[in-house]
Order: sequence, then C-alpha cells, then structure tokens
Amino acid sequence: MTKPNFDALNVGDCLPSFTTEPVSRLTLALYATGSGDHHPLHLDQDFVRANGIPDVFAHGMLGMAYLGRLLTQWVPQDAIRSFGVRFTAITQIGERMVCTGKVVEKLEQGGEKCVRLELTCANEQGEAKHKGDAVVALV
Amino acid sequence: MLIDKKHIGMKVPPHSVTPTAWQLKWFAKATGQTDPIYFDEEAAHRAGLPGVLVPPTFFFCMDMDKDHPFDYLETMGCDLMKMLHGEQSFTYHKPVYSGDKLDFDGEITDIYDKRNGALQFVVKDVKVRRQGELVCDVRSVMVIRA
Repeated sequence: MTKPNFDALNVGDCLPSFTTEPVSRLTLALYATGSGDHHPLHLDQDFVRANGIPDVFAHGMLGMAYLGRLLTQWVPQDAIRSFGVRFTAITQIGERMVCTGKVVEKLEQGGEKCVRLELTCANEQGEAKHKGDAVVALV
Repeated sequence: MLIDKKHIGMKVPPHSVTPTAWQLKWFAKATGQTDPIYFDEEAAHRAGLPGVLVPPTFFFCMDMDKDHPFDYLETMGCDLMKMLHGEQSFTYHKPVYSGDKLDFDGEITDIYDKRNGALQFVVKDVKVRRQGELVCDVRSVMVIRA
C-alpha cells in the first residue's frame, strides 16, 4: 500500500469512500460471533417486539468497524493515532452504509506530521448514523 | 433519578483477554474486511507480523469480553434496558496481534447529564496493556435515558 503523502494532501481532500452491502440479519449474526456481542436487541425479534421495538437493529460498533476499514484501506493501521465516533442514529435492517472521510486539518502532533479526518457513516438517504474523527500520522 | 457522582473514580474490575485468530476471522467476515492480515494467520506471518492484526475497533469487543461488562452501571443503579452507546474512541500506542495477552484496567472518569437529567452520560476510560506496556486507551460513553 502506498501511504498518502502529507505534503500532497490538502484540507478538503476525500478518502476513497465505499458503500456496504445492505445490513442483513446474517450480518448481525456474523458480527455477534466476531465481536462477542450477542445482545438480543440485535438478534432476537421476539425479544425486541416484546419490548415495543418493531425489529432488531445493527450494533453501533458495526458501523464504527466499517469506518475503521475506511481508515485501514487508506493507511496502514499503525499510522492511526486516534479514532472516535458519536452514535447519532440507529441502523435498520436493509440499509446500506456509505462510509466517507475527508481531511479537515493538517497538524503536527507529538513531533509527527498528521492529518485530522472527519468521518461519516450514513445511509443512502444521507442520514448520518455515526460521525467520527481520526488523527493519522503521515510522512 | 440522577446517578450519584460519587461513582466518578470507581475502578472497574480488571480482566485479561487473549484475542484469537478464530474470533478475528469472524470479525473480519462480519465487517467486510478483505485484507488477509486481519483473518489469515499464515498471511500475517508472510507479512512479517507475529499474528493476525487486531483491527482498530476490536479493543471495544475485548473490553466487553467478560461476564458482566456493564456491572459498573448496575452498581450505579442504572436500568440497562435504558442504556445506549453514545460515543466510542480509541488512542493507539502499539499494534496488537492474535495471541497477545492483554490486560484491561478501567475507571469511571466522568458522569454528567443533559436536558435536566433526561440523558445521563457515564464515561469509562480503560487502559490496555501488554506485559505492562500501554498499547491502547479505550473511552466508552454510555447514555442512560430517563
């Protein structure tokens, strides 16, 4: 992988984005296995209906994992200094997640040249599910 | 009822986790990861890594990998059915691989509310160490609805 170059990057530049397959019940079952999070809100329709919720919905951390993939497809993982998200809306079954990121700041941090990124995981209608940021070190 | 702020500073019982290539394989499949260093031990070895690379958000999964991951909220009297995951962040210091034994040591660092207590926020900061060396800081903000 060719690392993005600090000097060549400008504020406003976008990361290569992607759109996931629709989130399915199988996706959530696989994520439960991979993450260890078997909470019935994400898996058991009988449970959620008994609690007045129409259907199971995605783990918030699934969307954050997609944003993590957005980062590691752009830079090697050891370049990521920090990464955070706010969970702003629930992801429903059948939604595709559109993962985007852009450079919002060039900075020096801990003696390293870094860029601050703004990250968004949204549905295809543009409703943001997760808003995040990351600081990535570049050469 | 507002959560008593005396719980700021409360330690979370420490635990240890050794991530396995098996679980990381399922995590990679679930999240659409196609780079084999995240799920194929031999490919990771060929790339010069000691094991399968633990992906950026998997530290949260490992932090939750205990019998009662939200026991600290129950101690504060919170109803877990009213809990939402509000924010999650990580600061990374060293890469971590399958087979690494990791120690999780957490503390409640803030409790605050918004909208006159309709939403309460509990901040937990966890230090993740490998043989005493800090590899990651994990911050989780849980929201309790009234």
